Amino acid sequence: MEPLMAEPVVQLEQITFAWPGRATLLDIDSFTLQAGERVFLKGPSGSGKTTLLGLLGGVQLPASGRIRLLGTDLAGMSSSARDRFRADHTGYIFQMFNLLPYLSVVENIILPCHFSSLRQQRASERHGNVQAAALHLLAHLGLDQPALRNQPVTELSIGQQQRVAAARALIGSPELIIADEPTSALDADTREVFLQLLFSECQALGSSLLFVSHDAALESLFDRSLSLRELNRAVVSSEVI
Amino acid sequence: MYLFPLALRSLLNRRFSALLTVLAIALSVTLLLGVEKIRNEARASFAGTISGTDLIVGPRTGSVQLLLYSVFRIGNATSNMRWDSYQRVAEHPRVDWAVPISLGDSHRGFKVMGTTGDYFKHFRHGRDRALLFTEGRAFDDLYDTVIGADIARELNYQLGSELVLAHGTGAVSFVEHADKPFRVSGILGKTGTPVDRTIHISLEGMEALHVDWQQGMPARGAASVDAEQARSLDLTPTTITAMLLGLDSRVATFAVQRDINRFPDEPLMAVLPGVALQELWSLLGVAEQALFIVSVFVVLTGLVGMLTAILASLNERRREMAILRSVGARPRHVFGLLLLEAAGLALAGILLGLGLMYLAMWLAQPVILSHYGLFIPITAPGLWDWSLLGAILLAAIIMGCVPAWRAYRQSLIDGLSIRT
Repeated sequence: MEPLMAEPVVQLEQITFAWPGRATLLDIDSFTLQAGERVFLKGPSGSGKTTLLGLLGGVQLPASGRIRLLGTDLAGMSSSARDRFRADHTGYIFQMFNLLPYLSVVENIILPCHFSSLRQQRASERHGNVQAAALHLLAHLGLDQPALRNQPVTELSIGQQQRVAAARALIGSPELIIADEPTSALDADTREVFLQLLFSECQALGSSLLFVSHDAALESLFDRSLSLRELNRAVVSSEVI
Repeated sequence: MYLFPLALRSLLNRRFSALLTVLAIALSVTLLLGVEKIRNEARASFAGTISGTDLIVGPRTGSVQLLLYSVFRIGNATSNMRWDSYQRVAEHPRVDWAVPISLGDSHRGFKVMGTTGDYFKHFRHGRDRALLFTEGRAFDDLYDTVIGADIARELNYQLGSELVLAHGTGAVSFVEHADKPFRVSGILGKTGTPVDRTIHISLEGMEALHVDWQQGMPARGAASVDAEQARSLDLTPTTITAMLLGLDSRVATFAVQRDINRFPDEPLMAVLPGVALQELWSLLGVAEQALFIVSVFVVLTGLVGMLTAILASLNERRREMAILRSVGARPRHVFGLLLLEAAGLALAGILLGLGLMYLAMWLAQPVILSHYGLFIPITAPGLWDWSLLGAILLAAIIMGCVPAWRAYRQSLIDGLSIRT
């Protein structure tokens, strides 16, 4: 394990956020995600979920309060430094259609390594090169048929696509994986399998997982479960754009 | 950086619309380069309508006018010069050769020119190319004629064909010299100059046609002279239309020109063909420039088409941009990606256009040579062509900034959230 793991991966303190000229959208007193932790964040639409993910990605800055990722205050960085920080330390999985249709499976997985030399370095250190790292992840996620590797991603099933997206988020062992409703397009069986695979890979790589979903059925599988509606003190009626 | 293959793959993913865009640019580039080529060749060919002649001498008129009727056979001479003036000028010590020209008759719309056998020896066109006989030879008999390549082809004349000349230069004439038919003794090779559309007869033949004319009308009855009777008459002309001069040295040109312009017996003028050609071209050049401007606008249209195609694709590619952002691409990468796309489309269009142009030239070269006598050499693009192509690429990149900037703004606003 790396020495950074001692610090909490995510630390929010008295965060408020509002779009210019609008009411306060997000008001969080405190939230911490420890290293290696798997946290379920229940966030129905309208609870400020998109905004929170934007803040964690450093795409927006809070109006007040402090966001620390791996002990680093995001507010102290330029927007391009925040972009680089996100590329280095965060992997994303979205709901569906996560992949670039014109790249092959392996090319999609190694995409983050082209934008983050840190993740490229980590992936190569462990497996020799990024391609090997991608194949290793594919095998661990149950997609090791050689025919799949160079297939157009559009020909994969949604379950397979989501596993490719997970491999892409995991390559180069980022400290934080943010999954935004990654299972909502999957059926119940695939969902469990997907989650188990995701958990075991996060554990193998030492990544923390912040899993956002409105599907309460999944929360028992996580170390900890929080409701964004309870966390967010701002009264929000509906999500803004 | 990884952006280049990424842009390429993204374009290939949209290959149909990308191909159409490239094709539009390619066709406009082909047009621009083709117009440039034709412009240059037309200018060179025009300048080569007459060469090797140092001075054109005629009655006093405008220099362009003299050139128009003596070389291009366009319009009519308003007055003639006297035969004895011709002889005096021909005897000038610096004159190497002199060829008289006499115009005024026609045959089915083609101009008839009276001259001497020396014309075929001294007349040059293009870069010092002499007139060549594809068949037969210069006139020997009084009623011999040498015809240009176009006339032989269009009227299907061969050696020995008989033709009746008409008085005046209209396409349809009511007064024909039916009593004195001419016989084709020679056919000239294609030159791409008005020579191809000229019927050459001897000055004496020209004189014989009109020997019995009085007050612009053919004589009737006993006063008329038939073809054989004319042979026995003195057929020295009294006037000619103009004359071509070759001097013993180029250096003498201005001195001889001055002497002719001050000719005491008759108001004459001498013009330098090159100068007059340039003067005429500056009049025609407007059309040529208009052609260039039109083709530049066609290229701009092609580029605007590209701009439209990229802008239209932006909205459906917000997901692509958001995915790229989530894997670590920064907004400037998004900007670069779109810019590369525009540059790539334009570059592909330029290269394809260049290829199409050479293909078209290769196909058209023999056709143009046989139809217009214009040999268009296939040469590598010159500095001017390259700078035109460079300007197109630069324009495409500048225009590409528009969608790039929009995508940049969009990806700042959208962030990591995927919208459809």
